[in-house]
Amino acid sequence: MVGNKSVGAKATNILSKAYMGLIFLFLYLPIFVLIILSFNDSKTRVEWGGFTLKWYVECFTSETIMSAFATTLQITLISAVVSTIIGTMAAMGISKMRRNSRTFYLGATNIPLLNADIVTGISMMLLFVKFMDLGFVTVLIAHITFSIPYVILNVLPKLKAANQSTYEAALDLGASPLYAFYKVTWPEIRSGVFSGFLMAVTMSLDDFSITYFTKGAGVNTLSTMLYTELRKGIKPELYALSTILFFTVLILLLAVNYHPTKKTTAKVERV
Amino acid sequence: MNKLKSQFLAGPYLVWIIGFIILPLAMILYYSFFNEDGSFTLENIATITDPVNLKAMGLSLELGVACTVICLLLAYPLAMILNNLQIKNQSFVVFIFMLPMWMNFMLRILAWKLLLNKNGVLNTLLMGIGLEPVTILNTPAAVVFGMVYDYLPFMILPIYNSMARIKKDYIEAAHDLGANSITTFFKVIVPLTVSGIISGIVMVFVPALTSFAVSELLGGGKVLLIGNIIEESFMQGMQWNVGSGLSFVLMVFVMISMAITNAFDKDGEGGTAVW
Repeated sequence: MVGNKSVGAKATNILSKAYMGLIFLFLYLPIFVLIILSFNDSKTRVEWGGFTLKWYVECFTSETIMSAFATTLQITLISAVVSTIIGTMAAMGISKMRRNSRTFYLGATNIPLLNADIVTGISMMLLFVKFMDLGFVTVLIAHITFSIPYVILNVLPKLKAANQSTYEAALDLGASPLYAFYKVTWPEIRSGVFSGFLMAVTMSLDDFSITYFTKGAGVNTLSTMLYTELRKGIKPELYALSTILFFTVLILLLAVNYHPTKKTTAKVERV
Repeated sequence: MNKLKSQFLAGPYLVWIIGFIILPLAMILYYSFFNEDGSFTLENIATITDPVNLKAMGLSLELGVACTVICLLLAYPLAMILNNLQIKNQSFVVFIFMLPMWMNFMLRILAWKLLLNKNGVLNTLLMGIGLEPVTILNTPAAVVFGMVYDYLPFMILPIYNSMARIKKDYIEAAHDLGANSITTFFKVIVPLTVSGIISGIVMVFVPALTSFAVSELLGGGKVLLIGNIIEESFMQGMQWNVGSGLSFVLMVFVMISMAITNAFDKDGEGGTAVW
C-alpha cells in the first residue's frame, strides 16, 4: 500500500516535470533559436555558417534600429515619469473622495485597461488629427494615458492600507502638508509608486497597437519599427537586437525581483 | 476642509480623463453615427453585415476562443505544478515562466515566424529526421500558435496567483473529510481559482479577438481578422467612418464578453472588477 502510493507519487512527479519541460521548450525554444542565429554567419539560411558578431555591428550602425531605440527610450522614460506623478496625485485625491466621484474616477480608469488597444489607439488618433500632426508628442500623450491607470491601481491599495490619522496628526503637530507627505505618507506608498512606475515602463515598452495608430509617419518605436521590418522580411540584425533586448530584460528583472534589500517581489496582476 | 483640498490632487488626472479618455471615445462615436456631411446614419455600423466583414468577425471570434481555450488548458496544469513545487527556488522557477511576458510583443512574433517559415527551423528539423515539411505559416493555425505563444504567460500569472492564495488547510480539510484528489480538485481548487481563470480569460481573449499584427505577420495577409479590416480602413482606405463603425461593433463585442465572464465571477474579486 505504502509502496504503491510512492510509486504513484513518483509517476506524478515525473509527469509534472515533463509537462513543465514541454511548456518551457514551447516558450523558450523560439528565443534560443533567435539567440543562436544572431551569431550565425549566413544571411538567409537557417544552417550554421560559422560564428560572427557582424549582425551586432550592423544592429548598432543601423540608422533605423538606433533611432527607433532612442525614441523608445525617450517615450518610455518620459511617459513613465509623468504618468507616475499624475497617477500618484490622482490616487491620493481619489482616496479622499466620496463614493460618487470615486466611482466616476475608477470607472474612467478602467476604460483604457479594458478597452481593446486597437480601439483606444484609433479613438486617440481621431482626436489628435483635429488639433495637431501625429508624431512624437501624440505617442507620448497616448502612452501617458494608458500608463496612468496602472500607477493608480498600484498606489491606491497602499493608501487604503495606510493609517489616515497619522498624516492629520502630523499636520496638527505643525508639519506643513509637503513635509507631512514626505515624512508620513510617502514611506507608506513608496513601494506602490515604485511598482506602478515599473508597470508603466513595461506597458510602454511592450505597446504596439496604440503607438501604431498615434505615431504618424517618420516616428517609430522599436515595436512599430519591428512591425514594418517584419512585413518586409526577417533581417539577421533583428536577431541581434532581440538577443540584446532579451538579456537586458532578464538582467533588469533579476535586479528588481531579487534585490537583496527587497522582501516582496514586484509582480503585480496586470488587469 | 483638508479633505477637499486633497481632492484637488486628482485635478490633472480629471483633465486627462476628459481630454484623452472621454473625448476620444466621443470622437469614435461621432464618426460611427454621423456621415461626412454631418447627418445621422447607421450605415457605418451596418457595414459589419457585409459578407467580408462578417466572415472576418466570425474568424476573429473563432480564433480568439480557440486561443483562449488552448491557453487555459496549457496554463492550468502548469500553474498547479508550479504551485506544488517543493523546491527552494520556487519563485525563480515561476519567474522563468513569466519572463517571456516582458519581452517585446513583436520579438515574440519574430521568433515564432522564424520557427514556422517554409525554410525555417521546424521544417529543417522535420526534414532532418526524414519527415515531410509542413506549411503552417500563412494559415489560421499559425495565427493561433502565435497568439497562444504571445498570451500564454498572461493566463499562467493570474491562475498561479489565485492558486498560491489557497490555504493548504482547505485541501487537507477536504482530504480529512474523505474527498479524494479528483473531488478535491473540482470542489475546492477549481472554485477557489475562478477569479484567476476569469482574469486570465479576459487578458487573453480581448487581445486575441482584436489583434491585427499577429494575423498580418503570421497569416501573411491571407488571414483576415476584424482587426485587420479596421486597420486597413484607417491606414489604407481612408474610410474613417466605416472604420469607426466597425470599431464600435468590436467595442460592443468586448463589453459583451466581459459581461459574460463577469457573470461567472461570483465573489467579484476577479481581474475586470478591480474594485
